[in-house]
Amino acid sequence: MTTDPTGTRAMTVDVRRGTYRDSVGLMRVSREVAALDGVEAALVAMATELNLGLLADMGGAAPADVGPNDLLVAVRAVDEEVLAAALRRADEELAAMAGGGGGGGGAARAPARTVRAAARAAAPESPPTVALVSVPGRYAAAEAFDAMDAGLDVLVFSDNVPLEHEIALKEAAERLGRLVMGPDCGTAVIGGAGLGFANAVRPGPVGVVAASGTGAQQLMCLLDAAGVGVGHCLGVGGRDLSAEVAGRSTRRALHLLDADPGTERIVLVSKPPAPQVAKEIEAECAALATPVHLVLLGGDGTDISAAAAEVATALGRPAPAWPTWLPDEPVRPRAGALRGLFCGGTLADEAMVIASAVLGPIASNIPLHPDDERWTLDAGLRSDDHLVIDFGDDDLTAGRPHPMIDPSVREERLAAELADPACGAVLLDVIIGHGSHPDPAAGVAAVLRAADSPAPVVVTLCGAEDDAQGLSAQAETLRAAGAEVYLSNAEATRRAVALLTAP
Amino acid sequence: MSGESALLTTDPSVVSVGAGMFADALAAQAVPVTRVGFRPPMGDGSLDDALVRVLADPRRAAANATAVERVLAVRPQLVDVRPAGEALGLEAGDFLHAGPPVDWERASGPLRGALMGAMVFEGLAADPDAAERALASGAARLDSCHHHAAVGPMAGVISPSMWVFELADPATGRRSWCSLNEGLGRVLRYGAYGPEVIDRLRWMSAVLGPLLRDAVRAHGPVDIGAIVAQMLQMGDEGHNRNRAGTLMLLREVLPELVGGGAPASDVAEAVRFVSGNDHFFLNLVMPGAKLMMDAGRDVPGSTMVVAMARNGTDFGVQVSGTGDTWFTAPAELPDGLYLGSYGPDDANPDIGDSTIAETAGIGGFVMATAPAIVRFVGGDVDFALATSRSMYEITLAENPAFQLPILDFRGAPTGIDVAGVVRTGVLPQINTGMAGRVPGTGQVGAGLVNPPARCFALAMAALAEAAPPLSTR
Repeated sequence: MTTDPTGTRAMTVDVRRGTYRDSVGLMRVSREVAALDGVEAALVAMATELNLGLLADMGGAAPADVGPNDLLVAVRAVDEEVLAAALRRADEELAAMAGGGGGGGGAARAPARTVRAAARAAAPESPPTVALVSVPGRYAAAEAFDAMDAGLDVLVFSDNVPLEHEIALKEAAERLGRLVMGPDCGTAVIGGAGLGFANAVRPGPVGVVAASGTGAQQLMCLLDAAGVGVGHCLGVGGRDLSAEVAGRSTRRALHLLDADPGTERIVLVSKPPAPQVAKEIEAECAALATPVHLVLLGGDGTDISAAAAEVATALGRPAPAWPTWLPDEPVRPRAGALRGLFCGGTLADEAMVIASAVLGPIASNIPLHPDDERWTLDAGLRSDDHLVIDFGDDDLTAGRPHPMIDPSVREERLAAELADPACGAVLLDVIIGHGSHPDPAAGVAAVLRAADSPAPVVVTLCGAEDDAQGLSAQAETLRAAGAEVYLSNAEATRRAVALLTAP
Repeated sequence: MSGESALLTTDPSVVSVGAGMFADALAAQAVPVTRVGFRPPMGDGSLDDALVRVLADPRRAAANATAVERVLAVRPQLVDVRPAGEALGLEAGDFLHAGPPVDWERASGPLRGALMGAMVFEGLAADPDAAERALASGAARLDSCHHHAAVGPMAGVISPSMWVFELADPATGRRSWCSLNEGLGRVLRYGAYGPEVIDRLRWMSAVLGPLLRDAVRAHGPVDIGAIVAQMLQMGDEGHNRNRAGTLMLLREVLPELVGGGAPASDVAEAVRFVSGNDHFFLNLVMPGAKLMMDAGRDVPGSTMVVAMARNGTDFGVQVSGTGDTWFTAPAELPDGLYLGSYGPDDANPDIGDSTIAETAGIGGFVMATAPAIVRFVGGDVDFALATSRSMYEITLAENPAFQLPILDFRGAPTGIDVAGVVRTGVLPQINTGMAGRVPGTGQVGAGLVNPPARCFALAMAALAEAAPPLSTR
């Protein structure tokens, strides 16, 4: 423990060796501790490179030999007394985490340590059917293999899973007759249950295969608004249709849906696949008994909203008008650059495809043209011109929660953009549903209200009315703070572009 | 395992590993969810690719099923008691020892002490000092018991004139051997070599061995597997407590011992010796376990451990899919209770082949079934229950023949999976005795120990080498 020369500040960095907790839970502990009166900063986190950087920013240092399996408890407080109280609080919170909902009583059994053991320990009246893997990416494949060994299908939510691990997993799944959803599979709906990030959409005859998490969420929410229900949504991971992974999970998911008597139409949502994979998948789709809509984002100008409308009309619904929630006072257009701040990668992609058709190059950390510097953002994520940032990209989520869970990083950037005179309009997404932050609109609205004469803000609100956060309630919060709110990301993007190019 | 997925046709029930919020979200939707207490695997990231390569090996599932099936099919029977020279083909100057191979230079105190005693016992040295000089100059040929289908507790020294139990599996004809147990305290296996040790060994070869031989031959094969199954239901775990097993063995052969026509005083002494030594049956548990585990050897692609053994210097592990290679690391000091005034400074690092019991799923793995000894090895009953339960996380099968009443007659956790150990960081639990560090001391205590994690890391790397490489397309 060290006290600074003025004698009024106290700081400590504890290392708990070999104590592992998941990063999301630790975020909560950090917040609880940081919220105590007199605590200036608190970091309760695994000693990953990123967190050691955060510790250094706090003015602390850890021993050189700590590693990602060691837990850091670092607190800076106004005096020693507060510091001691903060450490006690951290210990209480950590102890509560370790309880982990494992069931009451002092003699409660430790939770199973492996998927296989957990599958055996599950209630016999509801034998497990699927494993949801959300451990850090480099550990995810081992858990998924264990799940398949236990006879389960698997959803790998984790990102940063090495490509060769993904291929090995999917080859094994083919051999074992299992489905591997993901990795980096943000969403799935199976028999009405939402896994990962998912919306409470109405049940119905559409089956979705998605190589895109937020793309699938947007599609399902739009279909829901059009009165069309979804029976199952099987995510396959963003790389599934690459030349390397060769659509292994897509094929399997298509066949599962084709064999499902409740599925009348299939929608396949993906970025444009590798050409040879596209050919195979198209042949595969043509051979199915169930009609398939191929939605290849960014390829031929198809956007998700157009595809949703097409599916709705194919099912005999009237052409939908997507809901909007507009502020009482119309926003005032102004000159400047487009600043897109997204949590959803596919929504960011779709926005760039639509906007760049009018605005020209848009710089991004997930560039449409990676080899062209006009389209790429450096690690500082700064540009004076049009830019779109995907805060959910692997590089920005290593060692921290996804921005749909913890929106603070994006909120900080939103405040900065609103204060930037070069910013002509901000386009952002707010995604609700299972797994998402309990009230993401509140944070965005607070930033909007705090801003002085801000640039216009256009929001894609992706959600369903039955989501716990409430679609209308979230929309109202945003609208009341002055944002234009759209259910359709394509419409929101066109509106933002229109604001920039208004005469 | 394989077959069409019922994913879309049955109500979902989820096993969730990782972020608790996703499990919470499922519970909020009234979807049944079972949580996993995940911890990162061993190796701080260095083994992740090796682990995936091994888990992806298409041979693995079938190979492990085959290995386990062979292990569980073994029915160990005691078929004979013979001099080791005859049974194992040992000649004067041959000495087998516990654990992976080691030379005199690196041999631990208790192993040196046992070898010195054995040299005197074999008449190859006049006294322990002379034996030490002869051993240091390379007079003896040392080899691992395990290389000869044999096992020996603690130092595990077997020399030609010692008598051994001979076990056989009737279905395969496979055999295994183990020395006769000398009792507790100052005994050769704990490194003691005083005159009382040598005298006892001479009596065992002259009287006890032949008596047991005649009794076993007259009785016919004794079903060791059946006795192990029963002792586990009578408070023994088959490593540090063998009281029920010892008495059941005696019950089996007593009529033949008594009726064999040997002098009544010899029979009385033999019976007194066996029934007064609660560990006598350990030397039958061990070759029984050895017979089982040897049956699981050499299945390409199998990640099952087939031997764990220590020589007092190194802890060694052998794995089915990697042949006879030993994966070794420095043996660790057990943690437990000490006899009399002995303390940690007197104890030698972990030693003996008796870990074959844990390799076969008993001993420390079934501690829950032996609450009477948990204090002796330094634990409590909750610890014993938790330990046995955790062993199911790292094993491939449950042995239906060896049941644990306290766990609702669940089968013993059997067949340590290297991948399971590396994935969970849960190390096999071993119950053990402790030998004195200084040659000649004998036993100083008993306690608990784990294999060094490094043995499993090395085994994992070798298994990965033997598995097909991961493809990047």
